[in-house]
Amino acid sequence: MREELAQWDFVALAYGVGLVALAVLALWAWRTMVNAEARRDAMRRR
Amino acid sequence: MHIYANPTRFLALAKWLMPLCFWSGLSLALGAMAWGLFFVPPDRLMGETVRILFIHVPAAWLGMGGWTGIAISSAMLLIWKHPLAAIAARAIALPGMVFCAVCLATGSIWGRPTWGTWWEWDGRLTSMLVLLFLYAGYIALTQAASREGTTPKIAAIFGLVGAVNVPIINRSVVWWNSLHQPPSITMGKSAIDAAYLTPLLVAVIGFSLLFGGIVLMRMRALIADAQVEARLRRRALDDDVPLAGAAAVMEQA
Repeated sequence: MREELAQWDFVALAYGVGLVALAVLALWAWRTMVNAEARRDAMRRR
Repeated sequence: MHIYANPTRFLALAKWLMPLCFWSGLSLALGAMAWGLFFVPPDRLMGETVRILFIHVPAAWLGMGGWTGIAISSAMLLIWKHPLAAIAARAIALPGMVFCAVCLATGSIWGRPTWGTWWEWDGRLTSMLVLLFLYAGYIALTQAASREGTTPKIAAIFGLVGAVNVPIINRSVVWWNSLHQPPSITMGKSAIDAAYLTPLLVAVIGFSLLFGGIVLMRMRALIADAQVEARLRRRALDDDVPLAGAAAVMEQA
């Protein structure tokens, strides 16, 4: 028996997982870079 | 390449290269995904789920490419002791792990409607899962070395040894029976129709540039952390000098 599945649901889920993971990774990488460079620059000024 | 082993020279390069890679990569990746989602026809066998290709394949490519980058940086660290090689390898590890996890997750989601199962313990899926665990082990080793303030030599050896898994992943669908399809793109040949191949290539280029941009961000962060740590250590030494002098005077007295 062939199981009927809504294919677009799986497409949306895959794209959702991928985009959320990439957005979290990019934001985290950008934030850690900005914070680390601000800490270094503040220490240089002191 | 040896020229950029100097952190100051590298930072000057990374300052303009990072936003260029990131924004061009993001535009290309999002464009390719929109192309794949809305303008590509459904496949004869896989139907609409073929659209998952445009996120799954770049993620798989970068999961494996990330480890290849770790192996090359590890070799550079062990052979030439480049100060940036350890930082590059460490910077690649987390983005590589995320892309590997995205590949596994999207593959599993794709498997349910096409194979009828979320997971199968076959060569391709298992070797990719092993790669995810290798990334986790590598991150743990580099963090331990960073905490102790030592050169991550053990992590570098682990990075080189773990590279054995990359060709295993690549050839797994040829060596063993698998639900996963055999390679569709080989040297100079492709079994994929141009309607899918062109947006797929754009997606691979876009995600690779995005990956490069994120790795450069991580490298800038790790270099800044190292500079802060070096300055703090120097200050601590400077503070210790008067104390050491006082201790010597006390001893003489």
